[in-house]
Amino acid sequence: MKPASFAYHRPRSLGEALALLAEHGAEAKPLAGGQSLGPMMNMRLAQPARLIDLNAIKGLDFLNETENAVEIGALTRHQTIASSSLVRAACPLLAEAAQSIGHYAIRARGTLGGSLAHADPAAQLPLVAATLGAEIAVAGPRGERRIAAQDFFVSLMTTVLEPDELIVSVGFPKAAPREAHAFVQFSRRRGDFAMAAVAVSVLLDVQKRIQRLRLGIGGVEDKPVVPTRLIEQSEGKVPEPAALAAAAREAVSPAENPRVPAVYRRELVEVLTRRALQKCLNSN
Amino acid sequence: MLEFELNVNGERHSVRAEPRKLLSDVLREDCRLTGTHVGCEHGVCGACTVLIDGQPARACLLYAVQMQDHEITTIEAIAAGGRPGALQQALHEAHGLQCGFCTAGIVMTFEAYLKENPHPSEEEVRDVLSGNLCRCTGYQNIVAAILKAAHAKA
Repeated sequence: MKPASFAYHRPRSLGEALALLAEHGAEAKPLAGGQSLGPMMNMRLAQPARLIDLNAIKGLDFLNETENAVEIGALTRHQTIASSSLVRAACPLLAEAAQSIGHYAIRARGTLGGSLAHADPAAQLPLVAATLGAEIAVAGPRGERRIAAQDFFVSLMTTVLEPDELIVSVGFPKAAPREAHAFVQFSRRRGDFAMAAVAVSVLLDVQKRIQRLRLGIGGVEDKPVVPTRLIEQSEGKVPEPAALAAAAREAVSPAENPRVPAVYRRELVEVLTRRALQKCLNSN
Repeated sequence: MLEFELNVNGERHSVRAEPRKLLSDVLREDCRLTGTHVGCEHGVCGACTVLIDGQPARACLLYAVQMQDHEITTIEAIAAGGRPGALQQALHEAHGLQCGFCTAGIVMTFEAYLKENPHPSEEEVRDVLSGNLCRCTGYQNIVAAILKAAHAKA
């Protein structure tokens, strides 16, 4: 349970970090909070030859409000996001999801950028980013680019991020006034990986019909699922949690797993979707 | 091998270690501070929890070399002068430990948490305590002790 040897770099600026990544290529691994990479290295599932420690870089830890979004620096810790009054007011789904990550000490250390780059299919922040249509700002030797979260995640722990690129910040769209949200998940032990998780944000019009629904399902496939067709079909209709939940169940394709049968995951998706929607409607 | 200094409990320690050496091992083997316990070594059990600049962290998920410009606080700082801290006293009085292996991590976790939230509900205490595994007590008396310590500070 000790990591293999590695060379250690601690750049003081984003430019220095990008230069190190450009120089060392795929043998270098960026280290943010280390709450996923650390266990993987201790168990020797990951053995990078070099670690580029991002924690001494100034200016990657921030929370800014713009007209339509909350822009959050990649090195911002989960606990900061969960307890920020700005995030709680402008993007409450994100705050609630961040509050449910791992445990207290894990949240104090783990970072937004680290979670997205790691892309665990059961993780909270990739799910919220995909559900809300967040924009991920990435820096590399070819300059900066912004990637829609839906296009960012490719599959299990795989993203479109190139080995010489780093996440700089993430823009989460602000919730509308009266928009209701819910984040529900199921795991066997508190703080463990979710066997299924559902993120919902719903805005009703004056006639209590769905003006905008955002729905994402995590922990079920190899990346967050956003059931676009189901969402589009629901708009303009009176929300019916049971019917929407039954449709969500059919919208996912969980893999068979000896410990978690696919039919069980489908059942979880239906139950969690119904609970999440009901929670939204109750708070309206 | 790298040579660097660590600030642990307000004291400077000169360390010679490979970058891969975990903070938990450097604290125990190089700084000779064996109050920090090593359980699972992958961030699940919470036994090695210490404070980094006042924030709780798993010492087994940090490399000591990362910690050069930071203040590390371990369990040894809590009973400074040989007198138990308020939470330690409450754990003693409420029978909040049996073998005691997990206790240092629990004390460090709640040293941080009770500063952030001095009057937690039982549900909040249980939520935070979920990050520290205890195989002896069944947690009831740990929860009672933490609530007692929080109450005593009121």
